[in-house]
Amino acid sequence: MSAKPTFSEEIVAKVAHLARLELKPADLPPYHEGLSRILAWIEQMAAIDTQGIEPMAHPFDLAQPLREDKVTEADPEGKQQRKFQALAPAIAAGLYLVPKVIE
Amino acid sequence: MWETIIGLEVHAQLATKSKIFSGASTAYGALPNTQACAIDLGMPGVLPVLNKDVVLMAIKFGLGVGSQIAKRSIFARKNYFYPDLPKGYQISQYEFPIVIGGSLDIALEEGNMKRIGITRAHLEEDAGKSLHEDFKGMTGIDLNRAGTPLLEIVSEPDMRSAKEAVAYLKTLHALLRYLEICDGNMQEGSFRCDANVSVRKKGQEKFGTRAEIKNVNSFRFVERAINYEVERQIAVISAGGTIVQETRLYDAEKNETRSMRAKEEANDYRYFPDPDLLPLMVDEQTIESVRKTLPELPQEKHQRFITDYQLTAYDATVLVSSREMADYFEEVVTLSQASPKLVANWITVELASSLNKFNLSIMESPIKTDRLSDLLKRIHDNTVSGKIAKEIFGLLWEGTEAVDVLIEQKGLKQITDDAAIIALIDQVIHQFPEQLAEYRSGKDRLFAFFVGQVMKVCAGKANPARVNILLKERLGEK
Repeated sequence: MSAKPTFSEEIVAKVAHLARLELKPADLPPYHEGLSRILAWIEQMAAIDTQGIEPMAHPFDLAQPLREDKVTEADPEGKQQRKFQALAPAIAAGLYLVPKVIE
Repeated sequence: MWETIIGLEVHAQLATKSKIFSGASTAYGALPNTQACAIDLGMPGVLPVLNKDVVLMAIKFGLGVGSQIAKRSIFARKNYFYPDLPKGYQISQYEFPIVIGGSLDIALEEGNMKRIGITRAHLEEDAGKSLHEDFKGMTGIDLNRAGTPLLEIVSEPDMRSAKEAVAYLKTLHALLRYLEICDGNMQEGSFRCDANVSVRKKGQEKFGTRAEIKNVNSFRFVERAINYEVERQIAVISAGGTIVQETRLYDAEKNETRSMRAKEEANDYRYFPDPDLLPLMVDEQTIESVRKTLPELPQEKHQRFITDYQLTAYDATVLVSSREMADYFEEVVTLSQASPKLVANWITVELASSLNKFNLSIMESPIKTDRLSDLLKRIHDNTVSGKIAKEIFGLLWEGTEAVDVLIEQKGLKQITDDAAIIALIDQVIHQFPEQLAEYRSGKDRLFAFFVGQVMKVCAGKANPARVNILLKERLGEK
């Protein structure tokens, strides 16, 4: 397995942008190198023959438990709401306020 | 020369009490953020737990359209940033949806049926709502809707006109309501539609590049939006341009679609299996228990109405358009003992047009099944003529009196007594000696004139069939 990066610095920049991480151009090379090493490590698995093996969706070999359709989080007096809203930088009329977004 | 290709994605809100992954209420219209719990807000350390009814409803839908129900389906994270999506990802299903394949038969205008393929249907959570007004340059976020269960139903690109698209949507809408898995309320966003539209030259095999029209929330607007988009694409291509794959928003006021965002980076959702959720396993026993709860489906009911009641395909289509309408019809048939055809006529013509006029649903009809049945009984036993019955229908719509009381009060009882009808005829004959002479000298078409005059003097109350017979006899006597 080669440890050579299989992707460019542009891809690092793109992934950072998609994750809304602000990377300065000077930050790119070290991130590129670090990510390359992680990928190279993962690529070791490519040596294993996985033909005919169904990929797992979760490390635990269990099925999703289901809950009954019941309202268990009723908050008629807004007690929970006030707790949550106390954490927000800006609120008005029960709404969370964020910088204007227009599509 | 051009062919339109349409595929539809419908987001149907599942009619549960609580959310897909949390115990917060899904009731519509609550004060902002009073139905958004820690899970819906994406607080650290919380875990989503799947609502059982959401799974059962998805299975019910799949069985209703003849799909394969996946024994194992996987929830995935669809990653994007928007303020009304607190976690930074939407939990959805991607590679392994719960419902695979299936089809829906739609009735075309000419009375033919067309089968529309269903690609898949998958479960996902809804996002919150952004309110752009009134907050001085800020956007307000209400997360009550965040985490509401949705079933996204994806069709094959099988529709060839806006009309077919609307027929598909109406059929699907009715089916979801029959199955009682979605209330279908379009104003409240319980049934939302995105349309993928492209055009190609007739005979061309490859599909053209498509544009996606987002969130058109009435049947009428879907039709208009698609027609506008088709014209636009043809104009662009005819002028030598090319269509860009993009999302467009329909503006109902201006009747146009506008580019929303180019789908390059925005479309890079980096799906991956959600580590917070295990694979959803559905066993045969669960599928069979859901199958037992399936009601008679619209298509089956349609066929039964034609066979059992001898209705036309058109009448049957109108009557089965909602379960409530079909139930109303069957109740009136039973109560009134009148012919199903007569009942169908009264419901699809008189009742439907009055409901339309006042924008009411059949459940809100001021005339309930018992009163319409009473009226039809009186037509059936010849107490009143069809014409007078329409007058009584108007009175029933506005008031609360019983049918028999109205007939009595207003003196609307039909005149069936031959002697009384003959007296009316004689009165008319006396009044029009010239016309009588002309008729007797061979001017047959004056017969209609005499019928009209007799009906006029009795204010429409004489039995028309008897009037015809007796008048013919009387006029024929020299």
